[in-house]
Amino acid sequence: MTWGLEAASVRFGPRVALDQVTLTVRPSTVGVVVGGDGSGKSTCLRALVGLVRLSGGTARRPPKRAIGYVPATAGLYVDLTVEENLAFSGRAYGMTGPELASRSTELLEQIGLADARDRLGGHLSGGMQRKLAVGTALLHRPALLVLDEPTTGIDPVSRAELWRLISGAAAEGAAVVASTTYVDEARRASTLTLLEGGRSIATGSPSQVVAAVPGRLGVVRGGAQPPGLSWRWGRTWRVWAPSGVLPVGAEPQQPDLEDAVVIAALADGHGA
Amino acid sequence: MPVLARARGVTMCFGALTAVDSVDLAVRGGEVVGLLGANGAGKTTLIRLVLGLLRPTRGEVLLFGAPPSMGTRRRVGYVPQTLGLYDDMTVLENWTFTAAAFGTERGPLPPGIGEVQDELVGTLPLGVQRRVAFAVAFSHRPELLVLDEPTSGVGPLSRARLWQDIRDSAEHGTGVLVTTHNMEEAEQCDRLVVLVDGRVAADGTVADVIGGRRVVEVRCDDWRSAFEVLDAEGLIVQVQGDALRVPGTVGQVEEMLARHGVGGAVSTVPANLEEAFVAVASGTARR
Repeated sequence: MTWGLEAASVRFGPRVALDQVTLTVRPSTVGVVVGGDGSGKSTCLRALVGLVRLSGGTARRPPKRAIGYVPATAGLYVDLTVEENLAFSGRAYGMTGPELASRSTELLEQIGLADARDRLGGHLSGGMQRKLAVGTALLHRPALLVLDEPTTGIDPVSRAELWRLISGAAAEGAAVVASTTYVDEARRASTLTLLEGGRSIATGSPSQVVAAVPGRLGVVRGGAQPPGLSWRWGRTWRVWAPSGVLPVGAEPQQPDLEDAVVIAALADGHGA
Repeated sequence: MPVLARARGVTMCFGALTAVDSVDLAVRGGEVVGLLGANGAGKTTLIRLVLGLLRPTRGEVLLFGAPPSMGTRRRVGYVPQTLGLYDDMTVLENWTFTAAAFGTERGPLPPGIGEVQDELVGTLPLGVQRRVAFAVAFSHRPELLVLDEPTSGVGPLSRARLWQDIRDSAEHGTGVLVTTHNMEEAEQCDRLVVLVDGRVAADGTVADVIGGRRVVEVRCDDWRSAFEVLDAEGLIVQVQGDALRVPGTVGQVEEMLARHGVGGAVSTVPANLEEAFVAVASGTARR
């Protein structure tokens, strides 16, 4: 089964938090939703799992017991131990006895917390807390795994371990969607969706999103800011010409995913 | 360019814990130095030492050639991760207050910030709050900027704009010390310093830190089987689109896959900064 949103909108009073967003999540793939603070990432994922009501469009999701969801803020109990967190979550999904025990043991190994099973959730490092939260969401082998910013503020070493868990869930057949503010994480996606102001402004595989960049990208090494739509990258300037005509002195450059994402936001802001 | 901030053999102990261990660091005018490290590697402690908020157990910190003092504080702009703004004051009030605290002339608000000058900081989107925090930290024309995770939580376009502010300052001669977990951001720095367990484990340009490391890339039709085999072998497998990337050698990886009857094209490719960082931080030898 394929899960997702079709032209989904969400209103909070007069504010449109999500505006006709379509998101497709297939089994054995990882979808990544990229956007900044206030772009609608959390609302999008909450709409997918059924925590907010749609004001328009449709959502297709498995039954609740087949969903694993980790919110951006928490996802674990600070005053329960690692093992108690897993047991509590397992029982909430109707797992008991030997099934729960063996699955907990397996997951403790997978998330690398076997030696920390008796530590309180609140006493774990940020990276360990996120791994435990993802672990509790994986316990009941969900068909749809939804992770809201699983790696924000997490260092690269823990981040690599978290992505190993996320990819592992997809390898076992789950449909996975994760949100992030880091463009480099979108490279890991089968499909990425770029959100800005509650709208989807680019979607497709990372290579499709790069290939779909309109106009032309140029690089200017040093000197003053070139005319047109430009931004800094290291000591160089990047300049984007929607018309395809680059300013004098700019060398054409093949865009990468980060360029593509910045250009999509610029194009959106300028109605180009 | 002059050295603005220098640490020489700096060690900081908290009881039995050595948070920063024999670190040498120099930040010159006009350069952007990135400080990378896992959580707990000592980044924040090192920043607090450089700012003069902590006194080293051993070694020496010099700001503008002298030990940190109230006088040097005036010449430094600092944006903590928590931004250091007053949420229940307007943008203009924050701006005025900071100018008064630093005893500097209150200049006009920079473009892009002026439109929100009467808004309470706490009501603004995070990306705008970060730009305000930058503007406030830059307002007294500091010679050294210290930024802790400056773009955490902001979108790609806001991030590009914040980096524009950082680069513009550097081009005017300001030295910048910036911590980040974001490798795209790290790649924009002129020089990187990688801390592992309080010590400098690598430093230099992005290319120096990568140090010619390579990783093994596996391309195959059935990525799931290949993932499960390599993951079960204890490798940290990273999936990128339809390719898998793992540390190790082609021979090892081919042998693992063959043992489980999984086919695929195995080759080596240059490691990216994140892969190099993970290798440095977990003590993997160069290949």
